[in-house]
Amino acid sequence: MKEKKHTNSTERLYKFFIYLVLALLAISIIVPVVWVFLASVKQNKEFYGNPWTLPESFYWQNFVDAWNTAKMGEYMLNSVFVTALALVILLVVALPAAYALSRFKFRSSKFLNAAFMAGLFINVNYIVVPIFLMLRDGDTWLKKVMGEGFLLNNLVVLAIVYAATALPFTIYLLSGYFATLAHDYEEAAYIDGASYSTTMWKIIFPMAKPSIITVILFNFLSFWNEYIISMTLMSSAKGPKTLPVGLLNLMQAQQSAAQYGIMYAGLVIVMVPTLILYICVQSKLTQGMTVGGLKG
Amino acid sequence: MKSARGRNRFLVACIAPAVILFFIFMILPTLNVFRMSLFEKGAYSPNETFVGLKNFKMLVSDTNFIRSMQNTILLIVVVTIVTFAFALIFAGILSREKIKGQNFFRIVFYIPNILSIVVISGIFSAIYKPENGMLNSIIGLFHKMEEPILWKGESLVMVSIIIAMVWQAIGYYMVMYMASMASVPESLYESASLDGAGRLTQFFQITIPLIWTNIRTTLTFFIISTINMAFLFVKAMTSGGPNGASEVALSYMYGQKDAGLYGYSMAIGVVIFLFSFALSAIVNKVTDREPLEF
Repeated sequence: MKEKKHTNSTERLYKFFIYLVLALLAISIIVPVVWVFLASVKQNKEFYGNPWTLPESFYWQNFVDAWNTAKMGEYMLNSVFVTALALVILLVVALPAAYALSRFKFRSSKFLNAAFMAGLFINVNYIVVPIFLMLRDGDTWLKKVMGEGFLLNNLVVLAIVYAATALPFTIYLLSGYFATLAHDYEEAAYIDGASYSTTMWKIIFPMAKPSIITVILFNFLSFWNEYIISMTLMSSAKGPKTLPVGLLNLMQAQQSAAQYGIMYAGLVIVMVPTLILYICVQSKLTQGMTVGGLKG
Repeated sequence: MKSARGRNRFLVACIAPAVILFFIFMILPTLNVFRMSLFEKGAYSPNETFVGLKNFKMLVSDTNFIRSMQNTILLIVVVTIVTFAFALIFAGILSREKIKGQNFFRIVFYIPNILSIVVISGIFSAIYKPENGMLNSIIGLFHKMEEPILWKGESLVMVSIIIAMVWQAIGYYMVMYMASMASVPESLYESASLDGAGRLTQFFQITIPLIWTNIRTTLTFFIISTINMAFLFVKAMTSGGPNGASEVALSYMYGQKDAGLYGYSMAIGVVIFLFSFALSAIVNKVTDREPLEF
């Protein structure tokens, strides 16, 4: 009897300790994020005192300035455009490729599958310099031929690069799903006289909806948040910029100008779309973990 | 039966766009990394001259490069160990114990992973700010400071980056391990506790061995991705400063490109490429165990 009581109290201590550690970790994540939200409505003079005071009033001017003067509004539109276009290109290109590579056997199918698998190991950070040089050389050539180069500082090209570099992961993920489907679906469709492409678009792709949503979610986050490629290919001062690059410039400018409020407003503007998406689909995202586990 | 011609045409139409994009924007640049590392090519000289291994010979005696590699290795070792230790322990607790608000914790821990690295570096610049920063003001409560701690100063900058990287990665891996730990059958734990095995024994003798294959794959990918994440963090948080104290291999490569030394920059790229391949091969070999079935 006595011993049981003893194990009960250690049990309680253990539980308490677990909750304490979990709560500390949760706080270390929530507090800084909430702090940034509060800081984004503070006036500049409030940044010179205690950082833990609540904002005196809701100073919306920060957002107006970030949106207009710091051009975050324009960058937001650019980011929406690039992300959407890149997702469309990616799906249109990757879905048929993944289907054909995983469901059909032909002469080079083994080789192509291996090539795309190898592509999983090529990270864009290694190849961003050659991509930049290739597009720059293309521009020089275009200038000679047409008098104008349009490959660098071009949102459409950026979207294409995003889509292309996301291909190996996306094809890998979709192929994994297509490979699990029974071949009966296609056979039944063929007997009914459906062509290859009708079967693919009308029968197979609708079934792959959950996988397609996972693909969209993961790639939305990576396109929206990406900044190295964007910074490299959109280096012209006057050219269009995406949100993270605009924010980076704002953060660097802030160091000399000390306009903290505008910087935190910019942070909020970049953060909010991903947070809203996350709240809407968090169960999907964390379920998709097992397939997305390789992405790091 | 359908005609072979139609089948081939369909397959080509499906695969060609992907292959073309993949070739132009991934294969070609990768080959170019290796080719250009053997050439001297500058921003202002349009011609490239073949110099053989000269770029690599220069690398060996470049102290800045050696420091950037040391920093990269430091980050790989520390960030990997800390992240995996915490992620596995937390996942073990959350998947085994009945925790109230388990869903809440899972949702919160995953948040850093959805934020842009630029946003995270902005958040951490507010945390690390010497005057009126969050961290210094909390430390100031317990311990009066004469001088503010310079978290991004030369001596502490790597620690600061490590904290930020762990903060970002921990939730993602925790949620993933929770998913794979959930597949371990409950009966194993029941019979283990009948045999008198405690929590720790259960964790190390049942949980870890049974999800070992998963740990192993993610470990390899994590190590490779740390090389990249280190670059993203350093570029946004410190740009390699102060005085190159936080330079990592890829950020040094990028800096050489900005300096217009394309050939030299690509030689660095080749070294990191080979380094990451060798590293993942070693990790794969070292972590090789007989897979357990359940």
